[in-house]
Amino acid sequence: MDNLVAKSPCAGLLPLTVGRVTAIEVDAGTMTMLSPRKGRADALNKAMQAGYGLGYPAPNSAGVSGDVRAIWFGHSSAMLVGAVPDEGLSQNAALVDQSDAWAVVRLEGEGGEDVLARLVPVDLRLVSFPVGATARSKIGHMSGSVTRVGEDAYWLMVFRSMAETLVHDLKSAMEAVAARG
Amino acid sequence: MRITCPHCGERDHREFYYKGHALALDRPAADAGEAAWDDYVHLRENPAGVTRDLWYHEGGCGAWVVVTRSTLTHKVLGTEPASEARA
Repeated sequence: MDNLVAKSPCAGLLPLTVGRVTAIEVDAGTMTMLSPRKGRADALNKAMQAGYGLGYPAPNSAGVSGDVRAIWFGHSSAMLVGAVPDEGLSQNAALVDQSDAWAVVRLEGEGGEDVLARLVPVDLRLVSFPVGATARSKIGHMSGSVTRVGEDAYWLMVFRSMAETLVHDLKSAMEAVAARG
Repeated sequence: MRITCPHCGERDHREFYYKGHALALDRPAADAGEAAWDDYVHLRENPAGVTRDLWYHEGGCGAWVVVTRSTLTHKVLGTEPASEARA
């Protein structure tokens, strides 16, 4: 069999700049969904602190330490991004490798929140959604994850199969915002 | 209509999927008898007033939520995670 060539979810779609806002694809590396085992949430938190300097994230928040992120990802789940989980985690949580399952897009630049205001039914302004805040919500019609990673930067995550729709929706919203000057 | 998810806070109802009356939390025992199972499977109240529903936060955190609301005013009176409502 021929060698297969790995293709990133947004290959050929990004980067994209419209007005002052830019969308670029993030190569997030290894992504693992963590679901704490019954009664092991504290132990998991400690194992994560010891291994990555990051605790298990509280609802609606995301931690970062160096290149590793722990993003709250919904009811009883968090996404560990940028690190291969060690043995200590598997004792305390169910681990699911999701490395190739998500398209991760970084939206940055002044006006990013105006773009997302057209797509996400959650108040994502800095005052109510500070750096380190995260939300599971809808991006357009898709279920996704939005995290503020900087004052002018967000991480958007949707299922890999929907990368093209995400870029299409982002482009439409970016053009509409840019047209307002 | 806005629903307060126990995890995510107040969200638009478009993020939620409606299941129906919060009856599934009171499943009868296997040997409860025909009448109890007939009631559980087929018979539904249609209250004009306060009701308890199961909603799924599918466009959000994925939690099942028990919502207490009024069918007369559409007012949401309270929410709790289904996992706790059952316990």
